[in-house]
Amino acid sequence: MAISQAIFGNDRHAARPMSQFFDRWTIGAVLLSCCVAAPIVAVFVIATGTGGEIWAHLFETVLPRYVQTTLALMIGVGLGTFILGTGTGWLVAAWDFPGRRIFEWALLLPLAVPGFVIAFVYTDILEYAGPVQGMLRALFGWTSPRDYWFPEIRSLGGAIAMLSLVLYPYVYLLSRAAFLEQSADVLEASRTLGRGPVRNFLTVAIPLARPAIVIGISLALMETLNDFGTVDFFAVQTLTLGIFDVWLNQNSVAGAAQIASTMLVFVLCLILAERFSRRQQRYHGAGRPSRRQIRMVASGPFAAFVVIVCLIPLSLGFVLPVAVLLSDAVFAADADLVDSFLQPAANSLFLSGAAALLAVAVGLFLAYAVRLRGSRLLKVLTRITGLGYAVPGAVLAVGVMIPLAAFDNWVDGYFRQIAGISTGLLLSGTVFALIFGYVVRFLALSQGAIESSLARITPSIDGAARTLGATPGRVLRDIHLPLIRGSMLSAAILVFVDGMKELPMTIVMRPFNFDTLATEVHQFAAAEQFAEASPAALAIVLTGILPVIILVRVMDRDARKREAAGTRITGTGLTRTGIK
Amino acid sequence: MIRKFLAAVAAMAAFSQAFQATPAYAAEEVNLYSYRQPFLIQPFLDEFTKQTGIKVNVVYAQKGMLERLQAEGRNTPADAVLTVDIARLDALAKAELLQPIDSEILKKNIPAQYRHPDGIWFGLTTRARVVYASKDRVKPGEVASYADLAEPHMKGRICTRSGKHAYNISLLASIIAHKGVDAAETWARGVKANLARRPQGNDRAQVKAIKEGICDVSLGNTYYMGFMATNEKSPEQKEWAAAVNVLFPEQDGVGTHVNISGAAVTEYAKNKENAVKLLEFLSEDFAQHMYAEQNFEYPVKKGVKWHPLVASWGTFKADDINLDVIAAHRAEAAKIMDRVDFDG
Repeated sequence: MAISQAIFGNDRHAARPMSQFFDRWTIGAVLLSCCVAAPIVAVFVIATGTGGEIWAHLFETVLPRYVQTTLALMIGVGLGTFILGTGTGWLVAAWDFPGRRIFEWALLLPLAVPGFVIAFVYTDILEYAGPVQGMLRALFGWTSPRDYWFPEIRSLGGAIAMLSLVLYPYVYLLSRAAFLEQSADVLEASRTLGRGPVRNFLTVAIPLARPAIVIGISLALMETLNDFGTVDFFAVQTLTLGIFDVWLNQNSVAGAAQIASTMLVFVLCLILAERFSRRQQRYHGAGRPSRRQIRMVASGPFAAFVVIVCLIPLSLGFVLPVAVLLSDAVFAADADLVDSFLQPAANSLFLSGAAALLAVAVGLFLAYAVRLRGSRLLKVLTRITGLGYAVPGAVLAVGVMIPLAAFDNWVDGYFRQIAGISTGLLLSGTVFALIFGYVVRFLALSQGAIESSLARITPSIDGAARTLGATPGRVLRDIHLPLIRGSMLSAAILVFVDGMKELPMTIVMRPFNFDTLATEVHQFAAAEQFAEASPAALAIVLTGILPVIILVRVMDRDARKREAAGTRITGTGLTRTGIK
Repeated sequence: MIRKFLAAVAAMAAFSQAFQATPAYAAEEVNLYSYRQPFLIQPFLDEFTKQTGIKVNVVYAQKGMLERLQAEGRNTPADAVLTVDIARLDALAKAELLQPIDSEILKKNIPAQYRHPDGIWFGLTTRARVVYASKDRVKPGEVASYADLAEPHMKGRICTRSGKHAYNISLLASIIAHKGVDAAETWARGVKANLARRPQGNDRAQVKAIKEGICDVSLGNTYYMGFMATNEKSPEQKEWAAAVNVLFPEQDGVGTHVNISGAAVTEYAKNKENAVKLLEFLSEDFAQHMYAEQNFEYPVKKGVKWHPLVASWGTFKADDINLDVIAAHRAEAAKIMDRVDFDG
């Protein structure tokens, strides 16, 4: 008691018996978080090395630009993914219109397109030498770039557009689920008070879906921060480019880690600030199941408008780039192409699949432990575990390799001492190490999806079950799991699709003679042979589509089951109403 | 039940995969960390295995390879590294991750300026950083040196990739080595003022821009010209290549800046003998000829025939400054690029 009071102060935790802090959920969660956080901590540790006095130089020269560009990019992508993601998410959730059931899953497809691929495709189409400007010149008789103005694709604006197009599905996926689960009571109450559907969307639906939308946007922004391929190709001077410049050109890995750590602290502050700003709010209802909202029917010109709005991100983010890749791939295809892809494809599937399973399991354990115990220590730890997603992959890879190799070398040294035998590297350079790296990198994805879904289940249901004698494990298994199944699947698929695209960690941490589809793309792209890279890029996109289709089928089946059961209960079977 | 069975199978698959992945320290193997792409080097390695019976295991890695070697320490499975750009070799050498090799064959095949004086690393091919000039719009003699790129007559006529790219950093480092920091900074400022557009894209994209009339000259590595001029999979690149001449700057000065691709043996190599054999193999006629034929690079070994296309650009005087010196000025070069705001 006394100790816990000393540590946690005189708050509500102090009233709990000591044993509560040391049960298996807490201990398990702390151990797991420490494993996942170790590489992130390692990045901070590297940062304590001497950085070659880069800061004075950076402050005087490019740092203001790096910071400014990075902020502009984040604001741009944040707005872009918010508008595209919540807009389409709400249309699909609240309206009925021709093609809705196709759009429901098709709007997720751009997620499968790697950022650098879409950047390359659009540069080809929109630059001076591309077909669009060529056509305009032929139409208007212009002859040189000085005759007219055309937006430059290789620019900050271009990078914002590219990243928004492939990252909005995070916001779409999470916000759509939240919109679907919103209670008809609240929305109808608002409508009887005279609000039209659009104002309803802006003033009721969006605020109610805030946790989901925020998680979606923060995932998109973290991916923006760790993106190297797109900003490098467009030469947009972000902090990430600065990291690699300091690391590789000025040979200062410590300096690079210092910039990365500063970025992480900034991200952590943003996340905590957002949480703080809604600390008094709850997003689950009290108990009584509510009615599911009935879709409004769009007809006439409005239906056409809705279809066009949904078509824009889908065609720009998926159809067009895939069409270009296809036509390139046809050129590059030769007889033994399929053979040469089998092994890399199998490796990609195995790595991404294993990472998805593990990331969901770890994410679920951590989220539920926080729900059960909610100690401040755990909350902070689990925030740190999610940070891996905001670190550029190559930097995080160094962070993963250092503790793993240190462990291996420690074991090796120990056995040399006691038995005179060398165990060599047990983990480093194995598939295990790579899967661990993926989990560290992508845990934020599964954590985010699972947390937002658990948050919508009222704690009173836990209380009821526990009062009836169920253990925490049983409450999770029998009550929560069935309720959040859909979100867990979404989480698994997000990790899987990102795993298929993962490059920087794979390339440096992998075992000998081990290729994935992404490394196949890279070996050609790095030699500036994009035509040769297109078949593998296409394979990544196509394998990314499969799980999206599975996700949709499961979502559909669940929906049908609910309808067949004659219930009108919402997605999780529980009510969730307004902000209290 | 089925789920448990599936889980068990998955676990076993993971286990066996991981064990396959652990390199065995068998006698007739050599383990390679490579910055060079598999499709470029695999033909050499296959031939090496055929001739010697030594199996070559490869990790093709980039950023972070040095840190991986460092973290693995004395237990590293890597016996040798293959890299491009002197900067990477120099960084590995400075981190004391390489060991000196004394080989008569390597000394005989590789000219002294392209290998470390103590045999810590060895250059295997060279590539020149040249000027690509529009056939129509650049008059003979307009660009005879890198210095000309900073002169007023080139205003609005130059395209280049990012000033922060390794190739441009190395070029600027060589200018620092020859003329000092201040002159190099003035040069970089002058080139920046002459740019037709903000630095962007890769070396090939600049040639495309010349073809389209956006600019008249660009900086680029020689082998890209070879890849473009013979590109059957993207035939439009042949037209880009056809629009430009290859100019070798500094023929009346210090010579054109060249960089190397190279190899080295790691400090803790378990298969050191095999690693040395591989390096020697790569320096001999067969591999040197393949580098020339397939990658359009310049072989370091004297007397090995160049690719006919590469030969058609003519012989040239290469800057013979020691590559160590260039590597030592890279950090300063990167800072100059920041100070003149080259990419801004």
